[in-house]
Amino acid sequence: MPDKSTQDDWTKPAAVAIPKGGFFPDKVEQGRYGPIFPKTPACYGFSIIAKIIPGREENFYEYGRNLAEGVTGTPDLLASLKLHYLRWNLFEIKGDTYFQYMGIFDTDFDKYTEDAVAIFAATGRTTVFENLEGFPKDWKTNAGAFIKFMRDHQCPSFMEYGEYPYVSADEIKKALKLKAAFSNMLDQMQ
Amino acid sequence: MLELDDIQHFLMARPHAMVARYEFLSFKDPAAGRAWLAGIIEKVGVAGAVRAASETESRWVTVAFTFNGLRALGLDEASLATFPDEFRQGMVARAEVLGDTGANHPGNWIDQTASPQLHAIVILFARDIAERERCKQEHEQFVTQCGGVEVLSSLDLAAIPPLDYAHDHFGYRDRLSLPAIEGLAGDEPTPGSGHPLKPGEFFLGYPDENGPPNELPKPEILSRNGSFVAYRRLEEHVGAFRDFLRQHGETPEEQELIAAKLMGRWRSGAPLVLAPEKDDPALGADRQRNNNFDYGKMDPHGYAAPLGSHIRRMNPRDTAANMNRRRMIRRGGTYGPALPEGAPDDGVERGIASFVGCASLIRQFEFAQNVWINDKNFHELGNERDPIIGNQDGTLEFKIPKRPIRKKITGLPSFTTVRGGAYFFLPSLKALRWLAALGKSN
Repeated sequence: MPDKSTQDDWTKPAAVAIPKGGFFPDKVEQGRYGPIFPKTPACYGFSIIAKIIPGREENFYEYGRNLAEGVTGTPDLLASLKLHYLRWNLFEIKGDTYFQYMGIFDTDFDKYTEDAVAIFAATGRTTVFENLEGFPKDWKTNAGAFIKFMRDHQCPSFMEYGEYPYVSADEIKKALKLKAAFSNMLDQMQ
Repeated sequence: MLELDDIQHFLMARPHAMVARYEFLSFKDPAAGRAWLAGIIEKVGVAGAVRAASETESRWVTVAFTFNGLRALGLDEASLATFPDEFRQGMVARAEVLGDTGANHPGNWIDQTASPQLHAIVILFARDIAERERCKQEHEQFVTQCGGVEVLSSLDLAAIPPLDYAHDHFGYRDRLSLPAIEGLAGDEPTPGSGHPLKPGEFFLGYPDENGPPNELPKPEILSRNGSFVAYRRLEEHVGAFRDFLRQHGETPEEQELIAAKLMGRWRSGAPLVLAPEKDDPALGADRQRNNNFDYGKMDPHGYAAPLGSHIRRMNPRDTAANMNRRRMIRRGGTYGPALPEGAPDDGVERGIASFVGCASLIRQFEFAQNVWINDKNFHELGNERDPIIGNQDGTLEFKIPKRPIRKKITGLPSFTTVRGGAYFFLPSLKALRWLAALGKSN
């Protein structure tokens, strides 16, 4: 795993190969809910893969529309999760439909995980996870069970790459704000 | 709705105590533990009575148990298994999550609170030293009578001068930001503190900020009206702290400003957000004003209170999600003699030994330790931890935003060291009686 000094160099693309199981055995950090999957040049993240309850595909599309509306109406809806990107897929294996939920974010999953549960609960909607096999029915009041499901269905990476490694979404936003401020300054100088 | 005649007073009523004593106990056998408990129950104050008679009483007793303690009293394994994982594991097993590594590691703790033999704590708050000594002797005799109960360690606490307001050995005013509880008469939040919180955030069996009560550990008679409590004994390195202020401030005024920047408040208690340039002791002492601020609108860049300052981490106010699910009730006090201003450090241990009460250790106490205090990247700071109580090993920094260029202090020393700690369950009075009677008819 790259050391801290190389992590600061965003100009140098970086890749890291991750051992089977998703952890570097000598550097497993403990989070409140268990070991934390390591930060890589592609920041923190997860890939949750789970089988959906047969016949529920339409619920996923509906939820996608719902969440998109939610974010449009309240752009900071997911702010506390410190996200870069989320990608949601449905795909088939031997006639069964699976759901894949990939997230790239700047804080380890443990840190804000209860906030994630709270957002799902607070948006007043059911969560799309209720359409997954084995998802705990008491997730709204049992953050521990929700987190266990996520951990059980996490499919760790064996390689991750960053073109601008380790840079957080906040840093990117700051850089873009700075660029805008400079453009504005130059306009004012005309 | 709150059952004030059943809930121990500890988290709900702050008595007029100037001194305290904590005793950490171990039970050699269940019968001895239960005999001790049966004998002490009548001394334990409930919230209702203490709130009504706080002015006239002279001592207040609290009793709580570790997970091993509940087992040592004879609680059955099926019930034990229903308690939350983090409580069952105990503070020692959670060391890495809490940031208790290096000098703070439980292996270095000095009061046997890291021992699996730690079963119970009895907390005595007393009006004065004479009353504390009387209670201490009475308890000593009682423990001897019980047989099979051992005092592993004890700690005497006393307020340090000046006595007219609560403060720690560094001189910072304490007890400034306390959550108010909904339904508790007279517990009005001070301006800027938000609405009173649902009692379930602190007491089991009540609705919390998320909705209806959660499932309780079993049996309900044991868990209802109880709370979880995290104990921390934190040595304060007053000499090192004062050296640091002198190193970074040439004049007394500059030194006060550095102290204020670490905390986010002047030592008087005045918040930097409201008094950024100059101390305002009247503001610090005024409960109607000293919490009436936010960060998002009033100090988004930390020009007043640095982003990494202690109070910004411990209570990020409007700059954190779900704040009302992270609040805690603090109790405790200072131990050890005050180090007079100007005196060299005498090597005597002094500090604060406090308790954090909550309904969920993992969601409230551990979150604060893990995410707010010891996350190096809190607020994108990159290489900082809480400057006062974070795990500091001399490699981290503290940034003070300032126009045009911020001040960055590198190699921040450690001003505090964890010297002891444990997780306790603070049962209700009914639960204490039920535990004392275990092995009889129930």
